[in-house]
Amino acid sequence: MLSRVAENLYWLARYVERAENTARIVTVNANLLLDLPKGVAPGWRPLVDITGAIDLFEEIHKDYGERQVVRFLLGDERHPASIVNALSAARENCRTIRDIVPREFWEQINGLHLFASGQLQKGLAKTGRHAYLRELVQRCQGLAGLLDGTMLHDQGFEFLRLGRYLERADMTTRIADVQSATLLADGSEMRPYDNIQWVSVLKSMTAYQMYRRSEQVQVRRGPVLRFIFQNSGFPRSVRWCIDHTRLGLERLPRNEASLRVVGRLARVVDGVELAGLSQTDLHDFVDELQLGIADLHGEIAGTWFPPPLEVDEAA
Amino acid sequence: MSEQSTWAEYACEGLYDELMQAQGQPRPASEALASEIDALGPEELAARQLAAEASIKEMGITFTVYSEEGGMIDRSWPFDVVPRVIPEPEWQQVEAGLKQRVQALNLFIDDLYHDQRIVADKVFPKDVLTKSANFRPQCLGVDPPLGTWAHICGSDLIRDKDGTIYVLEDNLRVPSGVSYMLENRLVTKRVLPELFEQYAPLPVDDYPSQLFDTLAALSPRPADYPEVVVLTPGIYNSAYFEHSYLAQQMGAELVEGRDLFVDDDDCCYMRTVDGPSRVDVIYRRVDDLFLDPEAFRPDSALGVPGLMRAWKAGNVAIANAPGAGVADDKVVYAFVPEIIKYYLDAEPIIPNVPTYRCMDPESLDYVLEHIAELVVKPANESGGYGMLVGPASTQAERNKFKQLVKADPRNYIAQPTLTLSTVPTVIKGAALEPRHVDLRPFILSADRQQVTMGGLTRVALRKGSLVVNSSQGGGSKDTWIVPEIPPAQTQVLSQGQSQSQAQA
Repeated sequence: MLSRVAENLYWLARYVERAENTARIVTVNANLLLDLPKGVAPGWRPLVDITGAIDLFEEIHKDYGERQVVRFLLGDERHPASIVNALSAARENCRTIRDIVPREFWEQINGLHLFASGQLQKGLAKTGRHAYLRELVQRCQGLAGLLDGTMLHDQGFEFLRLGRYLERADMTTRIADVQSATLLADGSEMRPYDNIQWVSVLKSMTAYQMYRRSEQVQVRRGPVLRFIFQNSGFPRSVRWCIDHTRLGLERLPRNEASLRVVGRLARVVDGVELAGLSQTDLHDFVDELQLGIADLHGEIAGTWFPPPLEVDEAA
Repeated sequence: MSEQSTWAEYACEGLYDELMQAQGQPRPASEALASEIDALGPEELAARQLAAEASIKEMGITFTVYSEEGGMIDRSWPFDVVPRVIPEPEWQQVEAGLKQRVQALNLFIDDLYHDQRIVADKVFPKDVLTKSANFRPQCLGVDPPLGTWAHICGSDLIRDKDGTIYVLEDNLRVPSGVSYMLENRLVTKRVLPELFEQYAPLPVDDYPSQLFDTLAALSPRPADYPEVVVLTPGIYNSAYFEHSYLAQQMGAELVEGRDLFVDDDDCCYMRTVDGPSRVDVIYRRVDDLFLDPEAFRPDSALGVPGLMRAWKAGNVAIANAPGAGVADDKVVYAFVPEIIKYYLDAEPIIPNVPTYRCMDPESLDYVLEHIAELVVKPANESGGYGMLVGPASTQAERNKFKQLVKADPRNYIAQPTLTLSTVPTVIKGAALEPRHVDLRPFILSADRQQVTMGGLTRVALRKGSLVVNSSQGGGSKDTWIVPEIPPAQTQVLSQGQSQSQAQA
């Protein structure tokens, strides 16, 4: 498999996963705000924080109003990670490798991109938002299912999965980091609305129901953190993503360096007693994980992707 | 045929029509086709035309047009459902003529890059060679595998009023269109399946495997399974659809310049997930000048630094070979009859269109005087750009061209304006009308020569127009080579599906 094709597949999957995750956090936040009294509600700023685009946002907008933030995350063309931009980047990556993915996949990603940009106004209006975002999430999951069920499970497939799991692990750490910062500043008594906010952290990853089935305890900080970081059976937990990244890496050639990085990452996740961490410690822990994920990406790119372009394409 | 026939009003008087020999009277090979179309009736035929267009959109058969604003548009491939029919015996003649032509051209190119005997013998003027825009001094003395330079040639054929078929030009650089020839047949099968009950046009779809065999025959490592790649300039190229189509059909990698590199061992490699992987044959769809920034344009990012080095060392084959375009020049074209005579000691089987070389003073005078009747073409343009069609031109355009020709006679040829033959074509809101066509067959040359069964028929969709290029409002048609006598219908007894779930 060509290195360039591997890179296109990897980014294709990352962008689709990014769009899906963004759609999910916007949905959950909108719901959460309906349940919380004004003074308690964290508002919309944390969402921008999660996507790591605070600086860019503040260049464009003065305040974190719902309208501004939702537009920024869904369809602002100045924001590279907005849903519409992410899907457009996914589509561009797919266009050059149409011979690798099933034909239906190309048609569906093309359709999804048209849907996201064509129906954007519905997504921005409060009344249409829920349906718009739900359809986005479903269609993204449909794409993953289509690949799983119809694509040759070869090297190319592994790069799709690597992209998807790294993006997912990264997002999970960000959600945990930002959302917990506004909660339980110091391990004191539960305040009245903390519980509902921890539930929404879980819901941001569609993890609430599975948490209930798996943990069978009240929704509290410690078990929630353990679930989203360390559970080995939940497919959006950091631990699960790392495990499956390792399985994918094991099927690729020249994987020694990448496997070392992923091993280090797994030890970081396993070696921490999450319930006992202060908010500051948790933040440091997340930082360490994110650096590890970035290292892993660098190692993957260095080993299997083409060297970066030095000149702009002529003609 | 009855008076209500579709064909009764088909006005082809004064034209050579490929399907009809006179109003209401089909040629022998087209009789069954004409009556099938008649049986469908104009409304049903129009419905099939729409179905074909819908099919093409759905299958994503596109080509890219460069707009004047500098942007690019991906357009659906324009197609007309009425096929063009050529009887097999006539085609066999054409096929022999094309093989002869390409064989001579290959000998000519090889000679130009070695001893230049044809120049020394004063058959081909030295001046033409010196001024050739596509002669590459970098290729002097190189011996490409099998001595072949032009492995894939697309020659444009036209038929004049009197029925004579001429070669209009030879495309030896990166000729395109073959994927559309293949897709046109698929679309016809889909939307007009009943035609195939009467006819068994010879199949076209073995082209990709023939192309692969041609390329594989050039491999410097013949013992192994050769690694063949298609080199594309990328998704913004007008023929990108074809590049990816052919790569898929051949099972070859579709690569861009940055996927390849030449190592210190002068071998060419592609960057793969498993590390560098040796490349044996490059089917390049990138022009010479962009192939290798070390040898040609240093600013090219489309090519592969060192590729010429690897090619000269014989470690990688390139098709068409760099420099093959020297014979893809409208002035060289004018010499092809002499070239055939010189190398093969034979008369051309298919004639050239009579051509005035403006470099000859007498011809130049004639051309300047009769410019209003002639088609004037520059030596190195393609796609129908930069030419003058005398009868359709304005005085100002003619004056401009006179100046251009006088300033650089070597760069121009002129030909009489031929009335291209026509094929019935579905016109929106009207019955069938004749439209002018040409034909581009593709000739493959390596250890042996093969010609596509027919080729790509291009049709000028505007009434009276002679410009068939898809970038300028041209469309296309399926092309059928049909055996003289339709084969007897064979009965195939098929068994019903025998296994099914037992019903409780």
